[in-house]
Amino acid sequence: MTDPILAVRDLTKRYGGLTAVNEVSFDVQEGEILSIIGPNGAGKSTIFKLISSFVTPTRGEVRFRGEVVSGLAAHVVARKGVVRTFQETTIFKGMTARDSVIVAHHLRSRASLFGFFFGTAAARRDEDAFGRSADEILDFLGLGAVRNELASNLPQGHLRALGIAIGLAADPKILLLDEPFAGMNVDETNQAVEMVRAVRDRGVTCLLVEHDMAAVMKISDRIVVINFGVKIAEGTPAAIRADEKVIEAYLGVEDESIGL
Amino acid sequence: MLRMVPLPRFAGEETGACCFPPPCSEAKRGRGTTRRVVEGARRSALGYLGDEPMSRTQGAGRAAAVAVFLAAVFVAIPWAIASTGRTDLYYTLSSVALLAIASGGVWLTFYIGRINIGQGAWALAGGYASAVLVATYGWSFWLSLPAAGLICAFASVLVGLPILRLRGVYFSMVTLVLTEVARLTALALPITNGARGITSIPTPGPIRLFGLTIVPAFDSLAEPNRAFYFLSAAMMTLCFAGLWRLVHSRLGQLFAALRQNEDLASSMGVNVPLLRVVAYAISSFLGGVGGAIFVAIAQSIYPSSFTINDSVNFMLNCFLGGLGFVFGPMLGTLVLYFGWDLLFQTGPYQLLIYSGSMILLMLVLPNGILSLLNLRRRAP
Repeated sequence: MTDPILAVRDLTKRYGGLTAVNEVSFDVQEGEILSIIGPNGAGKSTIFKLISSFVTPTRGEVRFRGEVVSGLAAHVVARKGVVRTFQETTIFKGMTARDSVIVAHHLRSRASLFGFFFGTAAARRDEDAFGRSADEILDFLGLGAVRNELASNLPQGHLRALGIAIGLAADPKILLLDEPFAGMNVDETNQAVEMVRAVRDRGVTCLLVEHDMAAVMKISDRIVVINFGVKIAEGTPAAIRADEKVIEAYLGVEDESIGL
Repeated sequence: MLRMVPLPRFAGEETGACCFPPPCSEAKRGRGTTRRVVEGARRSALGYLGDEPMSRTQGAGRAAAVAVFLAAVFVAIPWAIASTGRTDLYYTLSSVALLAIASGGVWLTFYIGRINIGQGAWALAGGYASAVLVATYGWSFWLSLPAAGLICAFASVLVGLPILRLRGVYFSMVTLVLTEVARLTALALPITNGARGITSIPTPGPIRLFGLTIVPAFDSLAEPNRAFYFLSAAMMTLCFAGLWRLVHSRLGQLFAALRQNEDLASSMGVNVPLLRVVAYAISSFLGGVGGAIFVAIAQSIYPSSFTINDSVNFMLNCFLGGLGFVFGPMLGTLVLYFGWDLLFQTGPYQLLIYSGSMILLMLVLPNGILSLLNLRRRAP
C-alpha cells in the first residue's frame, strides 16, 4: 500500500467526562471514497471536526501527507488541502451562487489584497481567472443555470451542490463531505452520488460522514464504522454488510443483560 | 449634549446568526413591496459582488452622482453659507463630516457582522493622541492626524484580538464598555491631564512644500471655521472613497464572506481572525482620525468629549442611512444630526418625537433611508 493521504492515529476527544471519540485510527488512501458511518451520537461529526481542525484533539493526531495537521488553525489546514463542507444550508446566503464560488477562490490569488484595493493588472487577471474557474465548477456540478441566483433562493439539492462547489473552489486534495445525502429523496441521492463520484474522478479524495446506508454502500470504496466513539469495523461495503458488530450496533442484539 | 435614543431591534439575533443587512425578517419577504425592498436592499448590499459588467449609463450615472456630491460639498454649500452669512453652519457641517467618518468605521464593523457600540472610545483615543502630540510634544497637527489614526489602529488590534472572538450581543456589550473604559482611562492617566482635559491646543499650522505654502496656518485665516470645514469635508470624501474602494475590492468580498458565515470562510482557507482584526483596525483608524480633527476644531479635549451616547449615535447613523450602502453612514449622520436639532422647536416633546420617529423608521425602512433608492429603481 502506498502512503495514505490522510492518517488518523489514536484520535481522542473528551468533553469533560464524556469521551466523544476514543482512540480512533484509520487511513485514507489517495483517490478513494471513504465513508464514516455510525448510529446517531457515535462521534462521527466530532471526528470530522477533528480532522478539519475546527476542534483540537485531546490526544492523538491527524497527519496529512505525513505532516501533522491537528492543532493547526482551521484555515491553515484548509490551505494545505483538507477542505470540509457543511451540513445543510451552511452557505453564504446573501451571495449569488457564482459569487460564493468566486470568494472561495481567494487562496489561489497571486495578487495581494492591496493589489486588489488599487485594482492592479495582476488583480484583474486573477478576478477574470476566478470567474472562469467558478463557471467551470458550477457547470461541472450542474449549477450553471442558477449561477446568478441568490443562494438563499436555491432549493435543497442545489444548496448541497453549491456547498460542494465552494469546497472545490478552495482547491482541496481531500474533501470532507458532511452528510451530503441527508434529507434527499432517492432520485436526488442518486444524483448526489454521481456528483461525489465525479468529484473523486477529478482527483479529489473524498471522506464522507453519512447516514444513508444505501448511498454509502453504493458509493464507498471503504467504510469505517464508529459506535460510542470507538471504531468497531473497517472494510469494503460487502465486508461491512456482513460484519456482526456492525449489525449489532445498528440493529441491537437479543440481549439477556437488559433483564427482560 | 445628552441624546437618549432607542436601540434598534437587531433582527437576525433571534436566529443567533449575524444576519445582514440586519433588520429584515424572513416573514416579511412574502409581501410584495416589502419583499422587493428587502430583496433589493440585499442585492444592493451585496450586489457589488456580482460580476455583471456595469452598463455605460450606470457608469455615467455614478460619475454624475460623484460630481454632484463634490460640487455640493465643496462649492454649493460654501457659496450658500457665504451668501446667507450663516457662518455658524461651517462648524455644524464640519461636525457632521467628522461624525460621518467615525460612523463609516462603525459601518465597516457592521460589514463583517459585528455590532460596534464602541467607536466613541477610538474617537476619544484619537483625539487625545493628537492633542498630546500637538500640545505636549509640539508636533504639527498634520503629522499628528495620521499618527492618531495609526495609534488607534494599533491599539485596536490589541483590543480586537480577544474581543472579536465574541459575536452578536456579547461583542456589542464589550464595545459599549470600551467607551466607558476609554473615558475612565483618560480621567486617570497623568498624560491626559485628568478631568481638566487638554485645552488651548494650537490650531493646525501651515503645510509648506519646497518653500511653497500649500495650506496656510489656520490661525492666520480670517475664517478658520471655513478652513476646518474644507478639511473635514475633504477627509470625509477621502475616507468614504477609500471605504467604497475597499468593499468593492477582494478584501471587501472576503469581509462579506466573514459576515455571512465565519465557519465556512475558514473552511475555505480564509484567515478569519486576521481579517476581523484588519477590519476593526481600519474602523478604529477612522474613529481616531475623526476624533483628532474634532479636537483640532474645539482646541480642547476632555474625558467626556466622546461618551457612550456618541458611540450609540455612531451606530444609529449607520442604521439610519442603511447598512447595505457604503454612503449610508454619511446620510444617516446628516439626518440624525439635523433631525435632532430641528426637533428642538418642539420643546419638551423633542425626545419623544425623536425616539418615536426612530422606531418608526426602523419599522418602515429597516434597511435605512438609502433603501428607498431600490424602490425607485425597481419601479417601471
